[in-house]
Amino acid sequence: MDPLLSFARGPMLQIAIAVFCFGVLWRLLAVFLLRHRRSRSPARHGRLRALIEGALVAGTRSWPHKVFIRRTGYGEALGYGYHLGLFIVILLFAPHIVFFKGIIGVGWPALPSSLINIIAVLTLALLLAVLVRRVSKPVLRMLSNFDDYFSWLLVTATVVTGLMATAHLGGPYHQLLAWHILSVDALLIWFPFGKLMHAFYIFPSRVINGYTLARKGGAS
Amino acid sequence: MSTTDITAARGPAPGPHAGPDSVRDAMRSFSRGFGALAALRLESCIHCGMCADACHFYIATEDPRYTPVWKAEPFKQAYKRESGPFAPFFRWFGLKHKVTAGELEEWQHLVYDSCNLCGRCSLMCPMGIDVASLIEEAREGMFEAGLAPAELYERAKSQQQTGSPYPTENSWADQLRAIGEKHGVEIPMDRDRADVMLCVSGIDIENYPALVVALVKVMESLGVSWTFRSAALLAENYPYLAGSRKWERDVVNRLVDEAAACGAGTVIVPECGHGYGALRWKGAELLGKALPFRAVDVSEYLAEQLRAGRLHLRRDGEASVTFHDPCEIGRKGGVMNAPRELLDAMGVELRELEDNRGFTFCCGGGGGVVFLESANKLRYRAMEAKLREIDDTGADQLVTTCAGCRYTFDDARAHFNWDKSPHSLLELVAQHLEKTGEASA
Repeated sequence: MDPLLSFARGPMLQIAIAVFCFGVLWRLLAVFLLRHRRSRSPARHGRLRALIEGALVAGTRSWPHKVFIRRTGYGEALGYGYHLGLFIVILLFAPHIVFFKGIIGVGWPALPSSLINIIAVLTLALLLAVLVRRVSKPVLRMLSNFDDYFSWLLVTATVVTGLMATAHLGGPYHQLLAWHILSVDALLIWFPFGKLMHAFYIFPSRVINGYTLARKGGAS
Repeated sequence: MSTTDITAARGPAPGPHAGPDSVRDAMRSFSRGFGALAALRLESCIHCGMCADACHFYIATEDPRYTPVWKAEPFKQAYKRESGPFAPFFRWFGLKHKVTAGELEEWQHLVYDSCNLCGRCSLMCPMGIDVASLIEEAREGMFEAGLAPAELYERAKSQQQTGSPYPTENSWADQLRAIGEKHGVEIPMDRDRADVMLCVSGIDIENYPALVVALVKVMESLGVSWTFRSAALLAENYPYLAGSRKWERDVVNRLVDEAAACGAGTVIVPECGHGYGALRWKGAELLGKALPFRAVDVSEYLAEQLRAGRLHLRRDGEASVTFHDPCEIGRKGGVMNAPRELLDAMGVELRELEDNRGFTFCCGGGGGVVFLESANKLRYRAMEAKLREIDDTGADQLVTTCAGCRYTFDDARAHFNWDKSPHSLLELVAQHLEKTGEASA
């Protein structure tokens, strides 16, 4: 076997998974173990209703309120679009399912590779559009830092190397596959340190903030 | 009140007066109150910039600096560098630089002049971050750094020390009594026992005495035992606006002590947005224990009385009105149905604003911005969209339930030569009170 490929999916992957797991756990604990201030003002409609409404925000916030959609619809469509593409490619591509089955022991049906390829190309196009938007829109350019660009680079590199590997484009397959897995390794290692962590924060953040707004009976 | 009066009421123009340790003090204060919720908010931001599209300051100017979450940037940066889960990592790799005093001074404009703490951005954030709360905490840091604008700082300090945000020729209680005498209503002041204690906005006392009269008439019509207390007369909480939690607590405490002294089980905050928010939603948190009374906004109290059949209103259906939800009472306070119930009971035609209820635009004056000389130009620009929405309804009257909003709209009337004047819902209710015996007729 190609030594680079062996390294990528052997020790390097193990190191990456370990960094990912410990890093994510630490970053979550370091936040959630901080002091919790108890809300002492009585909730307008009771805590239970506030909790339910807060939990609903986890889903409802994925779709912008209609008063905002005119201004934010394009950005949200791009953002959610490439996320959806990534989920489909990661979870429903046959070789990925084999990989997951090797780890967790369970597999599931895959989508046809040709369809996955189309989705991956579309996802890549959306990722490029996201980058163009980030550098061209003054608000985003100002907010952006190393984390934003580096995280984008790692995600995009993973998609590009994956596409190259499936298309056998740019080198021998095992070498392309090694680069694809190495980019996944890099992504996993970077994951706990940067904005990719939003994958773990998004629902607690929506629910908890939704709850704090809902207990006042205000808009959430 | 004229714009001249508004200027006269202001303190000296704010200037950078940060000391050599200002950054340390600001960050220490910011991190002192730090809990899991604030950390989660800071950690969750993905720099999507969408909060900008909810903020009237950004919408009006398209200046990226007015992106809501950017207003908390130095504090976000300091958190990640000094106390976040990977603080050493950020320091070693130089991914977050140290916040400088100069940056904090620059941010004074963003944290105060260009933020009404209105919370509209909190409804846009795809991560669900309550951005307004972050900026509120940033104000607390700025306050500790000596960077609260002079107008708010002086009022906060004076209110904490004396109960009055600025020296007045006659005490606030005397001013209330004088309004009562002039309009032939008796002002219940410092009664030993009362079920309900009321405070009132100083803005109303000075500028809208008809509101005070309306308040007295409406309360008297309900037949409840109520009183003002001269030691805790004002509804405002300037320390909240300036960013001092400690002083804010002292102001709340004054209300708590006076309510206890007269045995009031209910404290009504009449038409003062931030005063309501500070008492109803922050009071217990500041004191560390539940308030010993129920804190209500006057419109929710009156809607309850209406439902209970104790408030009788005449339906005349003459006017069409549009209603401005004050951010602290509506979006952030949860009182949005009550004003509409009252308007409906009076038979007036309500023409809703394009952005209404929880999504309404701030009047532009919230968060103390109306008092900031340095914010004027930007504020006028930011409120143009709001004024347009009001005009677009074609309603005869603009009605609201916050003295600060009313004051801001009145100021806009003078500035823009705008043809609408804001009205108080409470005054409208007083005008529609059924005379005794009329209700059953």
